[in-house]
Amino acid sequence: MSPTHILLQQIVNGLSLGAIYALLALGFTLVYGILELINFAHFSVFVVGAMAGLLVLQAFGLQGQSVILHGAPLVLVLLAALVAAMLACGLLGVLIERYTLRPLRAVTGPMAMITTIGVSYILVNLVLLLTRAQSLNYPDPLPAMTATFGGVTVSGKAVMIWIVAAILMIALDRFVRRTRLGQAMRAVAQDQEAARMMGVDVDRVILVTFFVASALAGAAGMIFGLYYNFADYNIGYTAGLMAFTAAVLGGIGNIPGAMLGGVIIGLIDTLGSQYIAAKWADVIVFSILIGTLVFRPAGLLGALAPNRS
Amino acid sequence: MSETLLEFAGVHTHYSGGLHVLKGVDYRVGPGECVVLLGGNASGKSTTMKAIMGTIRPSAGEIRFEGKRINTLSTAERVRRGIAPVLEARRLFPRMSVLENLEMGGYTRRRDAAFQEDLDRVYALFPRVKERRTQLAGTLSGGEQQMVAIGRALMARPKLICLDEPSMGLSPRLVEIVFDIVRTINRQGVAIFMVEQNAAMALEIADRGYVLQTGQVVLSGPARELAANPAIREAYLGEMKIDPA
Repeated sequence: MSPTHILLQQIVNGLSLGAIYALLALGFTLVYGILELINFAHFSVFVVGAMAGLLVLQAFGLQGQSVILHGAPLVLVLLAALVAAMLACGLLGVLIERYTLRPLRAVTGPMAMITTIGVSYILVNLVLLLTRAQSLNYPDPLPAMTATFGGVTVSGKAVMIWIVAAILMIALDRFVRRTRLGQAMRAVAQDQEAARMMGVDVDRVILVTFFVASALAGAAGMIFGLYYNFADYNIGYTAGLMAFTAAVLGGIGNIPGAMLGGVIIGLIDTLGSQYIAAKWADVIVFSILIGTLVFRPAGLLGALAPNRS
Repeated sequence: MSETLLEFAGVHTHYSGGLHVLKGVDYRVGPGECVVLLGGNASGKSTTMKAIMGTIRPSAGEIRFEGKRINTLSTAERVRRGIAPVLEARRLFPRMSVLENLEMGGYTRRRDAAFQEDLDRVYALFPRVKERRTQLAGTLSGGEQQMVAIGRALMARPKLICLDEPSMGLSPRLVEIVFDIVRTINRQGVAIFMVEQNAAMALEIADRGYVLQTGQVVLSGPARELAANPAIREAYLGEMKIDPA
């Protein structure tokens, strides 16, 4: 392979990883935008999403590398698993907000953030117990379709990831910008007190935000499993930190920023592994996190979220 | 006047830290009336506004709207029944367009023909706001923001508008324009309950007034009488010359 081919190939890989990070980063940014809270439980909601998707795929008899379904049935099963993972995680996010964060709403300081760390540990350890700490084999149900463009291989799996991620992000953008509830979400993010005075049910908007953020994490979790063909209790840690960095890099609280940040971090992750060394990829990414926080805390796309006028 | 739109009867409020702010206040606003609430800092004016909108609940006493007790109603329900706020310092949503800000004022309503009608009415009242409808609210001047804030309240199709310090931070010329608008809206039949530092201007357009001091009403009466009252002249109108806020 020529150097150009290697570069292009890593860009293709980076885009797939970036799509996963972007979906996960959106959840950090949505919750931060509304509550100014870094939600560390998001890491483990992602793990639960991977597991929920896996359960549905297995229920339909998809195991290991065997390709037993084709065409429409395969698409329907994948879709069912995706929807199940998103719903399960969305509901989990709602429960986390309602029962562990709302009671702390009036408490200032880092209490709520620390609570999310606790919730994260509980969830991850539940998954560890239920999976007996095994690394689980994620099915690879897609026929091994690849297309080669001038020496660069693009797998069907990668294309599927891009399409799903793009659809989810477009849907989120539409929801936030075009619907009444999305408008209420933006209002609460910009001035919670004023939104309440307009008659917005702020608690309900916060619940919806957690549902949406967590559902996206669920989708990211299942996509992660399909992409890497494995899942265990621990996958949320690295992916979560990468996605958190992506959210900060793009500008925490900023939705397009999270998408952009996710793609950039995905590219840096794969290109860094290729050209420097895989073990250095984390160092580079977290240096970017620190660099962003020190030199450009508002991120690439500007304004730190709840910007009271 | 026997009919009453908004009524406070012996209302007390306590903040969660125990701070006792309103100490048994009585207010009354009739339909279509313009009432001003005067008072210095920490007199309980802002708390009064919060109590009307329901972001603080009375610890004793009763708040009634159109004769019905509203003590425990949610803010959304109060807006639906016809109370709309113009918040202190405008508090527009800075990264939303002017149009979206106006839409938020009508958040509790369905976006039907009547909604569109009210939007057109706001545009007719403020041609300037119409011109700027696609612009982000945070980029408007203070005067334009105040117009949007008033327009936003009108979008709730209210029977009562509660204005919190509408002249704050505006130039004297703009203050005059804003008070003109308030008067126009009042003449169209919308009752006004206004908290205002600018006592001279406020008493000029108001029908009646209350003077609040450390959580108690110490004086009330027709606006003309209050404006002529020596104590008021000294405390509020005299203050104006020193601090034209």
